[in-house]
Amino acid sequence: MMSASDNKTIYVDNNATTKVAPEVLEAMYPFLTEFYGNPSSVHTFGGQVAAHIEDARAKVAALLGAKPHEILFTSCGTESDSSAIYSALYQCPNKKKIVVSKVEHPAILNLGQELERRGYKVETVPVDSKGRLDMERLEEMVDDKTAVVSVMWANNETGNIYPVEQIAEIAEKHGALFHTDAVQVVGKILIDMADSQIDMFSLSGHKLHAPKGVGALYIRRGTRFRPFLAGGHQERNRRAGTENVPGIVALGKAAELANDNIDFENREVRELRDTLEARLTDVIPVTRVNGDVDNRLPNTSNISFEFIEGESILMLLDRLGVCASSGSACTTGSLEPSHVLRAMGVPYTAAHGAIRFSFSRYNTMEDVDLICSELPAIVKRLRDISPFWKG
Amino acid sequence: MWDYNDKVMSHFLKPQNVGEVENADAVGDVGNMTCGDALKLTLKIEGGRIVDAKFKTFGCASAIASSSALTELVKGMTIEEAEKVTNQDIVDVLGELPEEKMHCSVMGMEALQAAIADYRGEAPPDAEDEHEGRIVCTCFGVTDVKIRKIAKENNIKEAENVKNYCKAGGGCGGCLDDIQSILDGLWRGDEGSDDSASEGMSIVQKVMKIQEVLEKEIKPLLERDGGGIELVDIQGDLVKVSLRGRCAMCPTSHLTMRNVVQEKLREFVSPALEVEEVK
Repeated sequence: MMSASDNKTIYVDNNATTKVAPEVLEAMYPFLTEFYGNPSSVHTFGGQVAAHIEDARAKVAALLGAKPHEILFTSCGTESDSSAIYSALYQCPNKKKIVVSKVEHPAILNLGQELERRGYKVETVPVDSKGRLDMERLEEMVDDKTAVVSVMWANNETGNIYPVEQIAEIAEKHGALFHTDAVQVVGKILIDMADSQIDMFSLSGHKLHAPKGVGALYIRRGTRFRPFLAGGHQERNRRAGTENVPGIVALGKAAELANDNIDFENREVRELRDTLEARLTDVIPVTRVNGDVDNRLPNTSNISFEFIEGESILMLLDRLGVCASSGSACTTGSLEPSHVLRAMGVPYTAAHGAIRFSFSRYNTMEDVDLICSELPAIVKRLRDISPFWKG
Repeated sequence: MWDYNDKVMSHFLKPQNVGEVENADAVGDVGNMTCGDALKLTLKIEGGRIVDAKFKTFGCASAIASSSALTELVKGMTIEEAEKVTNQDIVDVLGELPEEKMHCSVMGMEALQAAIADYRGEAPPDAEDEHEGRIVCTCFGVTDVKIRKIAKENNIKEAENVKNYCKAGGGCGGCLDDIQSILDGLWRGDEGSDDSASEGMSIVQKVMKIQEVLEKEIKPLLERDGGGIELVDIQGDLVKVSLRGRCAMCPTSHLTMRNVVQEKLREFVSPALEVEEVK
């Protein structure tokens, strides 16, 4: 039997995680080998490492148009999210309300459920059929009892970009803090925090070609912050725990590369995505593109192949070495399809057959060609088995 | 990704007996649009023996493999033999299924039972389970009658495990305590009574028919006014739809719903249908 390993891997699941850039690996390698010292040490051997952390901090800040001291290194996007929300709640002990969107990542949604068990009120802002936020409802929900508003900058499944500056203003009007989960946007679209109202945002290294296990939280200058992890004095007493030096150095290098490639992402990577989408929807009947096509990340396409089920599609793509992901329930072990597509009211027959393709600068037009030449037959084959398909 | 064995993969990649038997003597239609799997089994029966079996399945790899295995298993069986087939027999053909995918084999068994009932002119047994009793799991519309049946057949004692077989409790999880007390009651021996009722149309038939009526009868009417409509979900007799275009913004959309959409669906599909608008 042929297996995926016989094929070249065509990785179009970059919203899940990304390849570590060779330059990043090279930059971090010395800190896994010879420079293993603890940056908190008094001796030169350890102490010299601290300068590399600061160098990485400056690079991340440069990518974001932020000041270096506004960047806090963490272990992942989820830690950044939790740190931000818990800190915000601590600052406003009398406010018991949190407003989030219905399409947040589980890192926020499940945290919300946990906070509800602790007596907080969590309100979720609905989205329309294109996944656009209901801004009127958001305005109604955010009030003077709201401690924090958290709405993602861009959605991982559809790529939709949300009006975070506008939401930050609404939050500010009511004295609430605004946090955004920005793990999907950093490195994909231009970010400039210079004139931003956003109080805090989360990013994650492995979404921009750094390895897993490192993230950051942007905390706008002047925003009060309470550490999530208590302990040592690392990160200016804001995040205890010995620094993940190789990871931080890697994130710095990845940020520098992302800065160099931001135009490429918005031109070449967008071209790959647009070509794939146009060709697939042209050749395969009864498809729908999920999301707000005019306002989304340049690398993401979410397409429903109606009347068939996503896991089956992914399994057949996998045999060709193509790695994508699905809004289908069956792939995750949960029994319900994607909460994002459900919040958008995507019909079940389409939600179960939704496939997400997410590109990076390491993809090529040959990847697009291969997917476009193989997928129509896969869809046809599964539709021929489907009792819902009448074609 | 699931770790399917070679047998499951080979039934998925080269499914046997795909399609519909011509002039079928028995049809079994089961499944649920919400859950993302549905199976239509058609049988040719001669002299009390199944001489041909074909399937069509909407679902994941293990659903397709289970359906294929089912058709292989039942071909050549007498009706009496087929009647005794359980989901475990289907799993045995495949070697094994991941625990979370056992419901795929249950769907196979249910399709077979529905087909046998159809052959005998009886109400499909599954329709009784689906519609009789009290809905325990609201996420997937599973009743206490069905939970008892599945638990008994698969010797399930923990509420957590029920979802692997019939999905109950696998959504929000709010009914797990309820399921546990049903299981406790079952294994103590004090089962609830199960009266039966029946439903004429299978779920696949109903979905197809509703989609057809929406497409042919309702959409053209709405399109005249620059609007549109989309089917979101079907739960029993509740049809959830979403209005599009100008209809979505129309202040009298509830009248459109009741007077046009519901009226047409009741006329062409079933008078029992209720329509609900999802915004």
